[in-house]
Amino acid sequence: MFNAREKILNKIKAGLDPLQSRAHREISVETRLSNPSKYVVPKRAQLNRAKLVLLFEQMAEEVAATTSRVSSVDELPETIIEYLNRYNLPSRIKTDTNPLLNGVEWAKHPTLEVNYGKAEDNDQNSITVAFAGVAETGTAVLTSGPNNPTTLNFLPENHIIIMPVSRLFGTYEETWAHLRAEMGNIEITFPRTVNWITGPSRTGDIEQTIQLGIHGPKRLHVILLEDNDEETG
Amino acid sequence: MQVTSSSFKENTRDALSNPTLQNSLKRLHTGFVSSRARAAARMPEFELLRDQARDIKDHVLAHLDVYLEKFELQCQAHGGHVHWCRDENHAKDVVLEICRKANAKTVTKGKSMIGEEIAINDHLEANGIEPIETDLGEYIIQLRNEPPSHIIAPATHVSKEQVADAFRLTHSDLDPARNLDEPDNILAEARAMLRNRYLEADVGITGANFLVAETGTSIIVTNEGNGDLTQTLPKVHIVLASIEKVVPTLLDATALLRVLARSATGQEMSSYTTFSTGPKRETDVDGPSEYHVILLDNGRSNLLNSEFKEMLRCIRCGACLNHCPVYGAIGGHAYGWVYPGPMGSVLSPGLIGLQNTKHLPQASTLCGKCEEVCPVRIPLPHLLRSWRFLIHEQGLADRKFNWGFTIWAHLAKRPKLYKHVVGWLIRILALGALNKGRYKYLPGLKAWTQTRDFPAPQGKTFMQQWRENEDV
Repeated sequence: MFNAREKILNKIKAGLDPLQSRAHREISVETRLSNPSKYVVPKRAQLNRAKLVLLFEQMAEEVAATTSRVSSVDELPETIIEYLNRYNLPSRIKTDTNPLLNGVEWAKHPTLEVNYGKAEDNDQNSITVAFAGVAETGTAVLTSGPNNPTTLNFLPENHIIIMPVSRLFGTYEETWAHLRAEMGNIEITFPRTVNWITGPSRTGDIEQTIQLGIHGPKRLHVILLEDNDEETG
Repeated sequence: MQVTSSSFKENTRDALSNPTLQNSLKRLHTGFVSSRARAAARMPEFELLRDQARDIKDHVLAHLDVYLEKFELQCQAHGGHVHWCRDENHAKDVVLEICRKANAKTVTKGKSMIGEEIAINDHLEANGIEPIETDLGEYIIQLRNEPPSHIIAPATHVSKEQVADAFRLTHSDLDPARNLDEPDNILAEARAMLRNRYLEADVGITGANFLVAETGTSIIVTNEGNGDLTQTLPKVHIVLASIEKVVPTLLDATALLRVLARSATGQEMSSYTTFSTGPKRETDVDGPSEYHVILLDNGRSNLLNSEFKEMLRCIRCGACLNHCPVYGAIGGHAYGWVYPGPMGSVLSPGLIGLQNTKHLPQASTLCGKCEEVCPVRIPLPHLLRSWRFLIHEQGLADRKFNWGFTIWAHLAKRPKLYKHVVGWLIRILALGALNKGRYKYLPGLKAWTQTRDFPAPQGKTFMQQWRENEDV
């Protein structure tokens, strides 16, 4: 059992093309890893920023998410309160400590209770800031880190994502490039968790009919924040 | 998992005469098949994406040793543990050991076909640890104590009423008169019942759709969010993966993800795609403090050096099941092991031996639909034929089957004799039908005439028509 690793690797090696030596394979792998080959990328999402926003909204709504737009972080509390009221939800949110939200003056809205940290069982509403967005499929990309607990994305029934428009891209590939640009050598700095979220939780396990909200959030709302390249953490 | 593939014929008979199953199978066909067609039509690059997906997997398989070692290195660099497991028993022991070290009482589970392959639930249970399936479909079949019937929709054979029955039986402390008629009610009950199980579990076990060598990452794709609660809340996360799941980079995984959901459910993208790398970091607010990856071989390295190598490209989307007329008629359980449908009929003999599974490669009309929809272009009909060849070579075929083909081969090699025998046979059958044009019963063809009539031959033979056309 101790040498299972060697046994498996030896069997694999014995099964590979005998004309390609191990040294050859290593070179070929290194080349591939350091010069990623060209990938087929759908034309659908090769658009200007304004059209990307429209495509993102359309795709997200197709999968039963809702969207709204705000032009500055100052508008966030009212938008959130309005959303909670619309669905008769308690006026209490759990949010991450993302620097993007530092400037939000929650205190001006005393009816809204704001808590920070990871999600607990009784948290019904969460607010998290997206690392990026993918218009191609209306997908939000969220990364874990000191300011971004992953549980906020899954445990509460209602999830609101703040999506800075400056971080909206056409394709997933562009979000990876952005992650690399921001985090440096991702072989080392890659976050513990990267979540792609496309609509609320759903299941087709009961007679193939789609039902929303089985284990994750029942509702997903994305607030597109028209920002000027503010930093998110 | 226990193999019942050798009683395939009996399984099939049961499946065909099960009205609940037949109803569910109809739904499956209309649901997944039309959604996939819509998704493919909406993506003009879809065929190119499939070529690309095939090429990525071929590249990985040709460099599998290097990529697995790279994955191991990167996973460890992020604080993860990698366990190489040769077979089912080895993997079960390793998982149990990790659970014991964590003093685990309960274990939540995301959907994992490797989990089914090594029957991990039985093993944990036998050792006093309670496994709780959290994917709704898996939860349902766990309550009903049966195996999955589809690789992505495990409870597709179960009706709404049967789910309600299972819930009433298991959730016995709830009001017996409660309404479980609508899927909404069932969903709410499942959500409520599983909530605490997530929070109190000591270990979470998930599968992996892909492993990324470049970063040492495991990827899961779900719609329910159960996999994420399973891998984020407990203090230990165990990933069950087989060796062919590794891909070079995040970009390769991305390319494969573009064809996965579209081929599987016809979604543009599943609700949740999650990339997990190692345990929680020092500064992270949540996440597991231990992260283990099981790399299971269980016969796959043998396939690498065989004519069935291309089967290792499979990304388990289930499209070949959804489009298969045989799967559509008998469902998944009849196949008798973890993997049903065309992909299972090719993979199962490779993993658990041809002796047990010799009926499976025969259970195909070779219509080619599976290959037509496979996102990584596995030539499934060709591989099924290769197994048939081996069945014949190893003398595993039924005597009646061999006898029939021996007679046919004898005739086919002698054109004159063939013409005479077939010519007479046609005349007799045409006369015997007595103007009805069909037979309700024919000796020796009972299996055929049981479910449909045999049409009586009419008009001229192919050779006669050929000769007449030649004159023209």
